[in-house]
Amino acid sequence: MNLFPILQREFKSYFVSPIAYIVTFIFLLVSGYFFYTNLAWYAFVSLQMASSTAEGVHDLNLTDGVLRPLFLNMSIVMLLMMPLLTMRLFSEEKKTGTIELLLTYPIRDVEALLGKFGACLAVFALMLALTLVYVLLMAFYGDPESGPVITGYLGLLMLGAAFIARGILASSLTENQVVAAALSFGFLLLFWAISWATFFTGPKLGSVLTYLSLMDHLNSFSKGVIETKDVVYYLGFTFYCLFLTLRSLESKRWRG
Amino acid sequence: MIEVENLTKYYGPVPAITDITFQVEKGEILGFLGPNAAGKTTTMRILTCFMPPTRGRARVAGYDCLDQSLEVRRRIGYLPENVPLYNEMRVTDYLHFVSAIKGIPRRERSRKVAEVMGDCGLLEVAGKINGKLSKGYRQRVGLAQALLSDPEVLILDEPTVGLDPRQIIEIRNLIKSLAGRRTIILSTHILPEVSMTCQRVIIINEGRVIAVDTPENLTAQLEKSAQVLLQVEGPPEEVVTILSRVEGVLEVERRDIAADHQVHTYLVKSQPALDLRKELAAAVLRNQWGLLELRGVSLSLEDIFIRLVTEEEGSAADHPSQSTSGPEGPDEEEEL
Ligand SMILES: Nc1ncnc2c1ncn2[C@@H]1O[C@H](COP(=O)(O)OP(=O)(O)O)[C@@H](O)[C@H]1O
Ligand SMILES: [Mg+2]
Repeated sequence: MNLFPILQREFKSYFVSPIAYIVTFIFLLVSGYFFYTNLAWYAFVSLQMASSTAEGVHDLNLTDGVLRPLFLNMSIVMLLMMPLLTMRLFSEEKKTGTIELLLTYPIRDVEALLGKFGACLAVFALMLALTLVYVLLMAFYGDPESGPVITGYLGLLMLGAAFIARGILASSLTENQVVAAALSFGFLLLFWAISWATFFTGPKLGSVLTYLSLMDHLNSFSKGVIETKDVVYYLGFTFYCLFLTLRSLESKRWRG
Repeated sequence: MIEVENLTKYYGPVPAITDITFQVEKGEILGFLGPNAAGKTTTMRILTCFMPPTRGRARVAGYDCLDQSLEVRRRIGYLPENVPLYNEMRVTDYLHFVSAIKGIPRRERSRKVAEVMGDCGLLEVAGKINGKLSKGYRQRVGLAQALLSDPEVLILDEPTVGLDPRQIIEIRNLIKSLAGRRTIILSTHILPEVSMTCQRVIIINEGRVIAVDTPENLTAQLEKSAQVLLQVEGPPEEVVTILSRVEGVLEVERRDIAADHQVHTYLVKSQPALDLRKELAAAVLRNQWGLLELRGVSLSLEDIFIRLVTEEEGSAADHPSQSTSGPEGPDEEEEL
C-alpha cells in the first residue's frame, strides 16, 4: 500500500488554505459554548437540588448532566462542519485536472482514496483532540467518569469517519465543491433525522429506521457502553460509502 | 514499444477517435499532429490508462493498458495538456511527492529530484509555489514530474502550447535531449514542431489517422511542384500573362498582400525540380517592371497538413493553394 504520500500531501494542504483553521475554530468555539452552557446549567440545577430536596441529587451526575449533552451537541456541529472538510477532496482535483495525473501514477485507486480519507480523518481527530481541553476543565469542577469520556470520543471518531466517507463519495461525484458539500450535508441530515419518522410508521419499519439513524447509535457510546451493533453500523456505513466512491472513480475512467 | 490497434472511443454517441492504429519503436520520437478536437488527447488518455477505449487495444512495453494498467503506468511519464499541478505546493515538495507516489525508494528521492530539476532547469525556482510559476516554468515542472522514475515511455500532450518563442525553443531542445533511451510520443497542432523534433509523424484529423511518415517523406510526397514567390510593381494582368509564358511554369496565382495598386505578390508554380528564379527575374526586368522581391518557397508541414486534410475530404484537391493556409502560412515558409 503506497497511500502515505497522498495522506501526507492532503493533510498538509488542509493547512495551506484557511479552511481547516476556520472549521476547527468554529468547531471549538461552538462546542465550547455548548460545554459552557451545559456546565452552567448543571451547576445551577445541582445547586437548586442541593438546597431543596436531598433525594434528587442522585439522579444527576457530570456524565449525564454535562458530557452526554456535550457529545450530542458536538455531533451536530460536526454534521454542519464536516462537509466543508471533505468537499474538496476529489472535486478540486477534477476541477483543476490534477486527477488526470493522480490516476495515471502507478498507484491503485484504493490507495488514492484511503490516502485522502486518512488525511481528512487525521485533521478531524486533531480537531476532536483539542476539545479534550473542556474535559480537562471539567475535571477541576468535579470528577467525570473516564469510561464515558473514552467511549464517547470513540463514538464521535467513528461518527466522524462515517461523515467523511459520505463526504468523499459526494466529492467524487462532482467537480463543484459547493455541490459536493450540499450533497453530503443533505444526505447526512436526512440520515440524522431518519428515525423521527418512527412515530407514524409502524414499529417494524420504525426499528429499521432507528437502526439506520446516524444519531441514535451515539447514545450508548455516550453512556460509556460499546455495543457491537453500533460499531458495525458506523464501520458498515463508512466502508459502504468508500466502496461506492471506488466504483465512482472506476466509472469515471469508463465514462471518461 | 507502443502498439495501438483499432482504437475507438465514444463520448456519448459521437466517436472522438475511430480505428486508430499505429506502432512506435523503442527510442523513437513520434509526432502526433492534428488540429484541435482531432482526438490527440483522447488517444493519449487511453495510452496512459486514464480511461479505457470503447473498442480496440493499446499496449505499452507489451503490457495491455486495460488489463495490466499498473505495469503500464509504471513505465510511463505523462505530461497532460494544460499541465495540471497542485498549485499550493512548492516545486521541490511537489517533486518529492511525485517521486514518493511513483515508488522511488526514500533514500534515492532527493538525488532523483535534484537530477530532474537540473535537467529541466528548475533550480532557480526550487522554493517557489507551483501556482505562482510562469507558463514556461510550469511546463518544465510538468516535464520534470513525468521524468521522475526514469520512465521508458514519455507521453507529452502539447508540451509547447502557450509558451513564448524563446520558451518553445528551450522546451523543444529539452525534449530532444531526452530522446535516445526513451520512446516519446508528442502531440501538437503546430506544424513546425514535428519537423523539428520528431522522426516520424502521424497526422490525425477528426479522429482518424490520415498519414504516417517521416517529415521529409511527407514533404517530398506532397511537393508536387516547386514554387517561387515574387513581388512585382506593374500592371497585374500583364504580369500574370508574361509570367505564365515563361517555360516550365504551371500556374501563376496573384496574392494581393500589398495595398498599393501597382505592387502585387505572385505565387508561381512550376514543374518539380526546376529552378525558374533566373528566368522569372529576366522576364520581369525585360518588361521594365519593378522587381521588389523574389524567393523560392518550399511546402511547409502546415501546407502538407492542409493538403492532406483537404484531399482526404476530396473537396479542394485541385487547389491546395498557399492562400488557404491562413495568416500564419507565409511565416512558416522555409527559404530554399
Ligand atoms: N470528456 C469528454 N466528453 C465529451 N466529449 C469529449 C471529451 N473529451 C473530448 N471530447 C471530444 O472528443 C473530441 C476529441 O477531443 P480531444 O481528444 O481532446 O482532441 P485534441 O486533443 O486533438 O484537441 C472533441 O470533439 C472533443 O469535443
Ligand atoms: Mg488536446
